[in-house]
Amino acid sequence: MAPAFAGSHAPALRSRVSGPTLLLIGAALLVGYLTVFPLIFLVYGSFLTPIVGGQGGTFTLDNFVKAYADRSTVPILLNSIAFSAGTTAVAFVIGTVLAWITERTNAPLRRLFFAMSLIPLIIPGILFTVSWIFLLSPRIGLINLWLQDLLGLPAAPFNVYSLPGMIWVEGLHWSPIVYLLMSAAFRSMDPALEESALMSGAGLGATFYHVTLKLNLPMILSVFLLLFLRGLETFEVPAIIGLPAGIQVFTSKIFMAIKGYPSDFGLAGAYSTVLLVLTSLGIYLYARVTREAARFATVTGKGFRPRVIDLGPWRYAAAAVIVAYLAVMVMLPVFVLLWNSLLPFYLKPSVQALSRLTLENYPFVFKLPKTTRAITNSVALSVASATIIMLLTSVVAWIVVRTRIRGRWLLDNLASMPLIFPSVVMGVALIWVYLTLPIPIYGTIWILLVAYVTRFLPYGLRACSSGLVQIHRELEEAAEISGASWRRSFTSIVLPLLRPAMVAGWMYIVIVSVRELGSSIFLWGPGAEVLSVIIFDFWQTGHFQELCALGIMLVLALVVLALFSQRLSQRFVA
Amino acid sequence: MVKITGLVRVFPAERGAVVACDRISFEIPPGRFFTLLGPSGCGKTTTLRCIAGLERPDDGEIMLDQVTVYSARQRLFVPPNQRSIGMVFQSYAIWPHMTVFDNVAFPLRVGRMRLSSAEIDRRVRGVLAVVRLDGLEQRPATKLSGGQQQRLALARALVREPQVLLLDEPLSNLDAKLREQMRLELRALQRQLGITTIYVTHDQVEALAMSNIIAVMHDGRIMQVGPPREIYERPQSPFVADFIGSTNLIRGRVAGPVGVDLHRVDTTHGPIICTITEGAAPQTDVLVSIRPEDVVIRDGPPAGTPAGTWEATVEQVVFLGESVDCRLAVGELILRAHAHPSVRFRRGDRVHLEFNPERCIAIRPEGDAPA
Repeated sequence: MAPAFAGSHAPALRSRVSGPTLLLIGAALLVGYLTVFPLIFLVYGSFLTPIVGGQGGTFTLDNFVKAYADRSTVPILLNSIAFSAGTTAVAFVIGTVLAWITERTNAPLRRLFFAMSLIPLIIPGILFTVSWIFLLSPRIGLINLWLQDLLGLPAAPFNVYSLPGMIWVEGLHWSPIVYLLMSAAFRSMDPALEESALMSGAGLGATFYHVTLKLNLPMILSVFLLLFLRGLETFEVPAIIGLPAGIQVFTSKIFMAIKGYPSDFGLAGAYSTVLLVLTSLGIYLYARVTREAARFATVTGKGFRPRVIDLGPWRYAAAAVIVAYLAVMVMLPVFVLLWNSLLPFYLKPSVQALSRLTLENYPFVFKLPKTTRAITNSVALSVASATIIMLLTSVVAWIVVRTRIRGRWLLDNLASMPLIFPSVVMGVALIWVYLTLPIPIYGTIWILLVAYVTRFLPYGLRACSSGLVQIHRELEEAAEISGASWRRSFTSIVLPLLRPAMVAGWMYIVIVSVRELGSSIFLWGPGAEVLSVIIFDFWQTGHFQELCALGIMLVLALVVLALFSQRLSQRFVA
Repeated sequence: MVKITGLVRVFPAERGAVVACDRISFEIPPGRFFTLLGPSGCGKTTTLRCIAGLERPDDGEIMLDQVTVYSARQRLFVPPNQRSIGMVFQSYAIWPHMTVFDNVAFPLRVGRMRLSSAEIDRRVRGVLAVVRLDGLEQRPATKLSGGQQQRLALARALVREPQVLLLDEPLSNLDAKLREQMRLELRALQRQLGITTIYVTHDQVEALAMSNIIAVMHDGRIMQVGPPREIYERPQSPFVADFIGSTNLIRGRVAGPVGVDLHRVDTTHGPIICTITEGAAPQTDVLVSIRPEDVVIRDGPPAGTPAGTWEATVEQVVFLGESVDCRLAVGELILRAHAHPSVRFRRGDRVHLEFNPERCIAIRPEGDAPA
């Protein structure tokens, strides 16, 4: 025999603390630091009196009393629930109808729609909100002005500054997510399940109720919960539309508590704590329901040819719905941004206005030092946070999915915990952490990095663990049998095979980091501006033309990035 | 040489625990082809994975070529990357991001050997020639056919010249024709290299065709170890008799000896002469195992059969091409028989059955009932 195994003849006693265990401890400490500290400090801080010049900071229940004994709290709770429920309904109806049209009918244009369905996901919430103010504002809203001209109305028919206005904008913004989830559900359902009900003598209605609906109920419930949670957590619409309209929800109330004068961190903490309880409950229910959905899974990995319903002449009506959706979702918002970005000041679209068109706003944006700083910061932050998250979560996912080390569930839960933090609450919590701990990063780019890494950690973990599940365990075992150490097997086998999932996750985190506003708005400081904050600032100071120019460039950049990532992931799959 | 002593592996389950390996012991002489055979869930793969080091046993001892790689008593566990083994996985586990050459070279590059690249090149080309994949070195591993991937996995397992080769159902993903061909190739290669091989399969035909020694496993325990012919012809338990091939099991009681190793067994359907090599006291309860191909069907009573013959009614006749599968009713008892395709029986025919005493095996009914 070859002397290949000479070294192995010495009995090797596996030490108690193996490499992977050390890795687990290291990862758990880092992830725990990122996720547990904000939670502890948030709850702790909400029980303290305001700290003014080193004074105060003693235990009190005043913040909660102030927040919840106050009579104005009832409308906030009601507003939050009405806003979330309305958003859920609007997004669900729009998204499901579109999914049904594109997946189950023979409407024309549905291929085109599928290709374009990703674009709305890319437009940052703040730009989408602003563009709909330009469309539906009672004073300057384009749709209002057009309808007034067309129908000779004395006043604007729509007012975006209202609860229905908020619901419309937010619901529309989330409808692409519903579309994606529901079309996946429609696509993966075995038509034989419905056909066998029909063959058993059930009518179309009974089939729909007993089979189609009931099979998809867990899935539908989980989409409802997801949307409701988003409605509770969202910041852009409540801040930009809700505050001027006088309609306050939890997130905007927290914003006001911090940004008002004097800042009331304790009050913000008290509101945040209760919002956190609500979202935790929602996430818990969501986890329960999705587990149930997995049990009901109708996906078997077979390629089904779903039953396509011939709509007859109605298929043109269905195509009209698709066109109308693309109009309100992509064309109108982008058009209104583009139009404003090309004008020296606000003008209604008209022939006269055409002569005023100019490109000046674009170079002007770059002349502002804070804008160029924000671009640099946003690029650096998004790339850095995406890279850190993917590296960290690849290790975390490997430990959770592959090893049998005791305590790995804790790591999984720690890394998933930021899911319960609305962005605004994360911002408040991090203020507490870094005003208390002797780590002077508040108001610098570093606290933003901590915020992004913490908040988007669960997304990275999701990408890595679903990628890892698809890599057959035997591929790693074969490396071990070949004589590779676990470290070598991780770097030579796991990481290269995980690359497509990691690239996709990386791109996604870059996109959401650039869009992030809810946490950034609390944490930025002079010199540490980011794009979303600058856009918010442009809005508040009335620099609408500059806002639109910057917004158009940002959307273009994000679309290019998304298309590039799609191409990249396709190449990896092939 | 491989020596396993008292191997135990317990998996925690929702209620209680599942004992995947229940005090497994066996020994494999050098150069032998040893097969662990059993139905799915019998613990054969777990046993193999314990030998590989991919699974950590709870008790027992494992020796590979005089080296103890696991011992519960000495609290010793050698990790898989330091054991002298090669393994072919059920899924082949070919790394899709590497070429054929890189897949095979990997074990030489990661080990402690520190070989020169010229030496790696020489060894990889050598082993690829052995499995007839030479010329495909630079091809991406995913661009190989099923049979080629299988040979690539084998080349990768052999390239370090390990002392023991472990094969985990390597043929189960191939189609029937290819499987038969690979069976012969694998066996020839193993003979040529003289490497001690442990093979895991649930396919009894594979096990009988390839092995020097077969260990039949059931519910985490080894039921019987022996050469293929012995396992087939002299099953020691109802489970083994039923799992290897198919058999008729008839309850009876030993009446007394009628010759060398031959005993008369009385059953409710009539007496039968059986082989009992280790002897049996009269009045012992036994199960008589008769293979379907050993049931001789005749039109009329033959002359001068010592224990007489059994009368039966033909219940069902299935023509299979190379044989005719008959179900025969002897009172309440249904017997299966394989007859030559030339015989022509009809449902309802009255026939006489004859059994060759040397092919009738009496088995102790205790232990496991046939699954």
